[in-house]
Formats: sequence, structure tokens, C-alpha cells
Amino acid sequence: MSQPLVIIGFCVYVAGSCLLAYFFPQSVLAFLLVEGSLLLLYYAPASDMAKTILGSLVLLVLLPLLGSVNAYYLEIAVQIGIFIALALGLNIVVGFVGLLNLGFVAFFAIGAYLWAVFGSPHANQFIPGGFFPLSPNWFFVFLILSILVGALTGALLGLPVLRLRGDYLAIVTLGFAEVVRALVNNLDKPINLTNGPRGIAPIGKPPLFFKPWLEFFGLEIADAKLYSLYFYFLVLLIVFVIIVVTRRLENSRIGRAWKAIREDEIAAVAMGVPVVRMKLLGFAVGASFACAVGVLFAAKQVFINPESFTFMESIGVLAMVILGGMGSIPGAILGATGVTILNLQLLKGLSLWLNGLRQSGAVLSLPLLGDLSLANLPAQFEPAKYERMVFGLILILMMIFRPQGVLPSKQERQK
Amino acid sequence: MPSLKGFTGLDIALEILPQVLLDGIVLGFMYALIALGYTMVYGVLEFINFAHSEIFVLGAFVGVEVLLLLESAGQLATLHPAAILLLVIVTGMVISGLAAMALERIAYRPLMGGPRLVALISAIGASFFLQDGLRLFESLWRNTFYLNYPSLEFLDKNIPITAALVIPVKSLLVIITALLTLIGLHIFVNKTKMGTAIRAVAQDPDTASLMGVPVNRVIALTFFVGGALGGLAGVLFGIHYSLVNPYSGFVPGIKAFTAAVLGGIGNIPGAMVGGMLLGLLEAFAASYLSLMTDGAFGAEYKDVVAFLVLILILIFRPKGLLGETVRESKA
Repeated sequence: MSQPLVIIGFCVYVAGSCLLAYFFPQSVLAFLLVEGSLLLLYYAPASDMAKTILGSLVLLVLLPLLGSVNAYYLEIAVQIGIFIALALGLNIVVGFVGLLNLGFVAFFAIGAYLWAVFGSPHANQFIPGGFFPLSPNWFFVFLILSILVGALTGALLGLPVLRLRGDYLAIVTLGFAEVVRALVNNLDKPINLTNGPRGIAPIGKPPLFFKPWLEFFGLEIADAKLYSLYFYFLVLLIVFVIIVVTRRLENSRIGRAWKAIREDEIAAVAMGVPVVRMKLLGFAVGASFACAVGVLFAAKQVFINPESFTFMESIGVLAMVILGGMGSIPGAILGATGVTILNLQLLKGLSLWLNGLRQSGAVLSLPLLGDLSLANLPAQFEPAKYERMVFGLILILMMIFRPQGVLPSKQERQK
Repeated sequence: MPSLKGFTGLDIALEILPQVLLDGIVLGFMYALIALGYTMVYGVLEFINFAHSEIFVLGAFVGVEVLLLLESAGQLATLHPAAILLLVIVTGMVISGLAAMALERIAYRPLMGGPRLVALISAIGASFFLQDGLRLFESLWRNTFYLNYPSLEFLDKNIPITAALVIPVKSLLVIITALLTLIGLHIFVNKTKMGTAIRAVAQDPDTASLMGVPVNRVIALTFFVGGALGGLAGVLFGIHYSLVNPYSGFVPGIKAFTAAVLGGIGNIPGAMVGGMLLGLLEAFAASYLSLMTDGAFGAEYKDVVAFLVLILILIFRPKGLLGETVRESKA
């Protein structure tokens, strides 16, 4: 197919799906079609230039426009962005360096609490003087700070444990995450650092420094809408930066060292790769991504508590990386998008649909079992509550049938 | 704990010591039973059976189901207590053992020989799948997945020893059953032909296979034995603590793994020692932490203590207290 034809076809598809999403704001499917356009673009036989332009058109113009009609779309997009950033961070540790980290969410939690404690009035409880909440402008300082804190904690955890064998390391990282969660959960006494299970609220949002400029151009947008657009672009920016950094790292001396360690540690040592230093670096880089995006998460959620940082989240992110393909950047993005949509839209949609059927008293005619009245389905049966089952199946089936993932990295494909 | 009038901290500490020891021993036996499942599988396959904690929970659920079925059949009051206990324990052990075997066949065996992370990830998937699978089953079957063990009259008695120490029959049951099982396991592994085969595969599967040991069947047997021990621990856990839900295996599972590492993974006596040590440590942390820190840190830090112990052991003594008996080739 010639390139102009591909581009025109893509534009028609995007326009069609956007119209659908515009006219059916309740429809999960319509929004899925819009999101699918990016995947389509990834596979489309067009030049990189055309792909970049079309892709940024969808991400920078169409999605925000749709989002200003239906804020829920932006909410989903922000969630996806956060998980993409997490998956890319874990992808460095698991995919590039080949170390299984089962406690990745701990770094996310550290970042989130970093901003939550100081960006809300909570810090007044242990630092006298009434300095808190810090002004919104500090948000960006903390975003930078969180990168350092993440790298530091990653290295601190890595330093003692990186000499361990692979599966021991996995359990220790799991233990580390549980320790972090237990600390966050219980450090409301003797000094109230984290407010324990009650969580922290309200957490400050980033500054709307550009509002005067918008007003200068005569754009009056309500704050709520402005914030959801703002978070969307902020996430987009962070994900973009992370993708660029990851790609640069992947093709650098460091990235090659990581992959050498992953493939054969002894050979890597023999070739003069400083294994411990490189592993530490991988741990630190992955942790700093998670920590930075944690700051953003706290600001977006306004309220956080330890419930958001369970082992479940670590496994969710791991499932994203594995589904997409370990060590593959497009894979991690696809995996994060897929799993988030599955969780937020498909499973919830299915639950709502089943509940609707149950209430309407529909009767399902099965060929062999006879008529089954859906009203008799136990109330406990809700697909949205069985995300663990779905994750578990994804992990097992992927490991048995396609361990390299849906979008494997180039090296994996060449094998 | 604020110091009581007329008592110093030390007095209180001594006062509660026997009870703390008893709690620790009960917990320790439970950890030891679960840890054996981890350590035996690790011994033959060098692989962390992450779903073992769900096999343990399965045992607890089988136990409660058997008791509830007996109750609804009106047999709970008429049958002899020993018969009820035997029935519950044996059913729990057999079903858990079979489930562990099925797990090995479906989720692990196709992956053996590949990278170890692949099998571990599959095991994590299996663990999650089983948790929600159990929840789904119980939700459809009983419309709730938090189940309470029906109270058994003969188990709710206490044996007073001194004013400070009262031994509940439940604790005694845990201790006696676990002790008998551990002795039985010791004989099985060291004196029988099948036990010898398991040790041979653990030492060197290739040579064992050359000597005519059916390696795959021995691995399946190991999963069965480990699963049955986990199931027994589950039943005892249920009887002792009453309330079970599909997710209650995660923390005991991780701790039992810690115990296995503590004793030296792959090492069967090590798992028993490690389990006992961890149980005691946890009971002491739960009771004395708040006493020692004047109430600043309480029992809620017992998990933190257990995990910190794991991290410290792996750093300073990665082969455990008794040394691991895992072949070095892949280390």
C-alpha cells in the first residue's frame, strides 16, 4: 500500500472512532477504538516522520479535545500514563538487567508519600512552624527531588541484596515492599509521619502557572477541567521523557552492559562489565522513574493511603511488563495500556453489564444446560473483583506459550 | 505498654513469658510445616513454589468445608472427636497434595529447563489464580468467602497449668499433630525407598535418572508430600485461628519461606529449625516490642521484624543457619 493511502486510511479511522466516542460518551468500545489507533499506527507501514506527526496529533490534540467533552477519558488516559511510566521503570530492572523485582510498588509509594506529606498540611504534625502545605510551586522541586530519592533508595536496597541469587532477590524485594507498606501503615505513632491507614488528604496540586497566559488569549476554562487537562499533559511529558531516557540508555554502553548481565553474568564479568555497579544503576534508574511518577500520582489523587501500594500493584506492573515483552519499550507501553484498560474498563464494564442483566431478570438459554436465570447469579460474582485471577492467567499463559511477550524486543525476535 | 502500678517491665515480661513461648511454639510448628513444602520443592527443582501459600489456604478451606458438611449432616455432635479430626486432617492433606501435583503438571513442568525466572513468574501467576479461584468457588457455593470454622466443643477447652499459663487444647493439637508428622516425614525421607529417591533427585537429578530413578515421578511425589504438609498446616491454622479467607495464605507463606531460608533452603531439618525460630521470634516481637520501646512500636511490627530477619540472613548468611543442601552447579 502506498504511504498517502495509509495515512488517509488512518485519518479516516481516527475520525470515525473519535466521532463514535464523541456521540457515545458512555461507550467503552468507542474509546477503545480511539486508543487502538495508536497501536494501529505502530504497525502501519508508514515513514517514521508520518507516524510521529499522526501520533502526536492524536495524543496532543484529539485526546484532549475528547477529554474536554468527557473528563472520564482523560482520567483513564492519565491512569494509563502512570502505569506506562511504572512499567517502563520495572522494564529496566526485569527486562534489561534481568533481576526480578517483586516490590517495585515500594518506590512508587515512597514518591507518593514524599509529596503527600509535604504537599499537604500533614507535615505540620512533626515539623513545627506551620510551613505546610508547601506552595504548589514546590511540586516541581519535589518531582526532581523524587528522582534523587528514588535512585538513592533503589541503590540502598540494591547494595546489600544484589549479590543474591535471582529468586532470593525476588523474595527480598517482596519483603522490602512489605516492610515499606507496614511502616507507612504504622508510622502514625510515636511520631505521626504518615497518618497510618487513614491516609493523607488533601494533597496539593501542581501550580497553574499558565493560567494567566490562557486568560490573556481569552480562554476561560474551569479549574476542574483545566486540572484534568493539565495532569494529562504532565503525564504525557513524563512518559515522553522516560521513553527518551530509556531508549538512550538501551542503546548505550550501559544498556549493553545490562543485557550482557541478563544473558550471562559470568561472561559479563569476564568481559570486564562492572556487574554490581551496573545492577545498582539499573535498580536506581527503575526506582527513580517509579518515585517520580509517585509524586504525580499523589498530586492527582489528592488522597492517598497505604491501600494503593499493595503487593497486588507490584504484580500488576509485572504483568504489564511480561505481557508486552520483557526488555521491550513498545511492549511495556502496550502491556501497561492493555492491563490498565482491562482493569478499568473491560472488567468494570463486564460487571456493570452483568449487574444490569441481573436486575432486568434476563434468562440465558444455554444449549445443554437449559435456561439459566441470571437473577439467580450470586451477588458475589463480579468480574471486576477477580483481577488477580486475570493477572494470574496472563502470567501463566504468557510464560507457557509466549514468554517473550506480545511485542518482543528486537534481540528476542532475532533469536 | 504503660507500666502497671507496682510492676516493673521485667516483672511483666517474666509474667507473660510462658504464654509467649507457647504462642511462639504453635506458630513455629505451623511455619515449619509450611516451610517444608517450600524447602522440599526447592531441593528437587531449585525453584520457589510461590503458589505453596495457596495450597496451604486450600487445606484450610477443605477443612472448613468438611466440618461444615458434617455439621449440616448433623454428624458433628455424634461422631467421635478423633474420627472428626482424622477425617478433616486426612481430607485436607490429600486434596492439597493432589492440588500441588496438578499445579506442577500444568503450570511448572512445561517450563522446567528454561530460565528460572520464567517458572517463578508462572508460580506467581498460579498463586494469584488460585486465590481468586478459591474466592470464586466459595462465592458461588456459599455466597461468602470469609469462612468460620465451626466450633468443636472438645477443642475449646483449656488446660490450666499455672495462673499465667493456660494451654488450650487447640494448641496442644497443633503441637502433637505437627510433631508426629515431622517424625513421620523424617522416617519417610531417610528410611524409605521413595525418600531415598527424593534425596537422590535433590542431590543430582541427572545421575539419579541414570540410576533408574523416575525423576518426573519423584518430583510429582515431592509436590504431593510438600502439598500435603501445607494442607495439614492449613487445617491446623483454620482450627487454631478459626477465620479463613482466600487471601490469608500470603503472609504465612512468605514467612514460611523466610523460615526455610533461615534454616538453609533445601535442608529438611533446617526448615523445622527455621520455622520454630521464626515463630518464637515473632511471638517475642509481638509481645515484647511494645514493652521494650515503651509503647512506641507495638505488635504491628512483627511482620517488619520477620522480613528484616530475612533480609539480614540473606546478607550475612545466605546459606542459612544449617547450610543449604542445594547443588552448586546453577548457583
